[in-house]
Amino acid sequence: MTSETVTVYVDGDPVDVAANASAAAAALQAGLGYTRTCPITDEKRAPYCMMGICFECLMVIDGMPSRQACMVKVRPGMRIDRQLGPRKLQ
Amino acid sequence: MSKTFDFLVIGAGPAGMSAATVAAGLGVSTVLVDEQPAPGGQIYRNVEAHAGDTRGVSVADWQRGVTLVGEFRASGAIYRPGTQVWQLDAPRDGSCMVYVTDGEQADVLRARRVLIATGAMERAVPISGWTLPGVMTVGAAQILYKTTGRATQAGTWIAGSGPLLWLFAAQALEAGGKIEGILDTTPRINYAQALRYAVPALRNHAYLTRGLALQARVKRAGVPIVKDVGAIEAKGDGVLARVRFRMRGQWQEVQASTLLLHHGVVPSVHATRSIHADHRWAPVQRCFVPVVDEWGNTSVDGYAAAGDGAGIVGAEASARKGQLAGLEAARALGTIDRARRDERAAPVRVELERHLPIRAFLDQLFTPRAGFFAPADDVLVCRCESVTAGRIREAIGLGAMGPNQMKAFTRCGMGPCQGRMCGLPAAEIIARERGMAMDEVGLFNVRPPLKPISLQELAALPE
Repeated sequence: MTSETVTVYVDGDPVDVAANASAAAAALQAGLGYTRTCPITDEKRAPYCMMGICFECLMVIDGMPSRQACMVKVRPGMRIDRQLGPRKLQ
Repeated sequence: MSKTFDFLVIGAGPAGMSAATVAAGLGVSTVLVDEQPAPGGQIYRNVEAHAGDTRGVSVADWQRGVTLVGEFRASGAIYRPGTQVWQLDAPRDGSCMVYVTDGEQADVLRARRVLIATGAMERAVPISGWTLPGVMTVGAAQILYKTTGRATQAGTWIAGSGPLLWLFAAQALEAGGKIEGILDTTPRINYAQALRYAVPALRNHAYLTRGLALQARVKRAGVPIVKDVGAIEAKGDGVLARVRFRMRGQWQEVQASTLLLHHGVVPSVHATRSIHADHRWAPVQRCFVPVVDEWGNTSVDGYAAAGDGAGIVGAEASARKGQLAGLEAARALGTIDRARRDERAAPVRVELERHLPIRAFLDQLFTPRAGFFAPADDVLVCRCESVTAGRIREAIGLGAMGPNQMKAFTRCGMGPCQGRMCGLPAAEIIARERGMAMDEVGLFNVRPPLKPISLQELAALPE
């Protein structure tokens, strides 16, 4: 396995993750627990399928809301933040 | 880059890569688009990172994957990774329009033939608490393992049924992961019913031998295995804390920080359904599959489907079905004639036959427990819109005739996943409540965009 890592910022905190990881994997590795709250019920939710099917991992990535975090590969310096409730209109 | 091709393949798993390799090798102008950053699909995900591996439970799989990826990369087919398809149009003037986005800009590609090789997804079986953080699928945990090397942590329970469950458990243990226990939901009766398919399955006993070896490995590691588990619930306040399960009528409860669920895989039919291809209900596998001929042609002109997305056959058979679809594309495009296609296909079909006898056995052994399709009223079926089984039943009681009317009543299937997750379980509930056959019930209609797309991405689209 490759041991190459990159540093990303999960909710502001730096974390080193495998260069092949997705943003969702980085959030899980950082111990973020929940990655969004449900816009309907406000319940805490976290990535479920990790392969682009369930859309449970919607997060704010580099300021862009509602990204499928499991489908976005990490880049050095990437900011990965929880998405709370429905996405905010910019 | 040119945007007009003879052959466009969607998906870089075994079927898609094999089809593209064969077609490009025959001189067909071929492009392959795939969502992932690297080729391999889910089964061979990130496989190039394992090129140097020489040992381990999956080394033979990874070698096969590395070979397929190598052949594909050398084939001359154009490869567009990180590309999602959001709309497929019926052919006009002999070419199909395929709308894609790379996450920043939308684009439209034209091709005379399209192969949909979008693979499988894990069957969604709604249980109480399955939306709690800490609950995910076995496939999700395997993707974490394949891309980051991360194994399972203390407090991990695995529940469900199917070959992937045992493969992943063995992989996780090998990687130093912890598994507190496995809750095997395979109904006892399945073993007896699968027995009559065991003799044909022995024609290629490598599958059976390997399956048994994986189970033995997990047992040898001392992981407790609870058999014949009839129901599972995830419990916790905002995060998973406990797993409850029922075995022979008795409920038990264990502490847990991670629950990995697996109930087999079903074809991902979102793309094939979006083009209104004919689908049929497969009663043993309990899923819808696109109707295709022996070359993968769907009922829609210009569109073919191959691999697990056209009916679950596994990675090796999928690669062969991809090759057949690649040959058929070359024939349909006039690059080779019928005789040449058949000549090239003959050895592929011989190989394909080696990998199919196991399927009837596996399908029967792992056919899901009937009770899983009747979730209690308080269980969320639609995760996106938080719609419970009870509300679906209420809508049916109020006269909703099928999935689409029920969706209008409840918003079930109207969230970002567009019914990919809840489509099957919701249809199962409707079939039960109304006493209808699954073929009659069907699934939600699929409408573009197949993936959410921003106005900013859309603005980049040419006129």
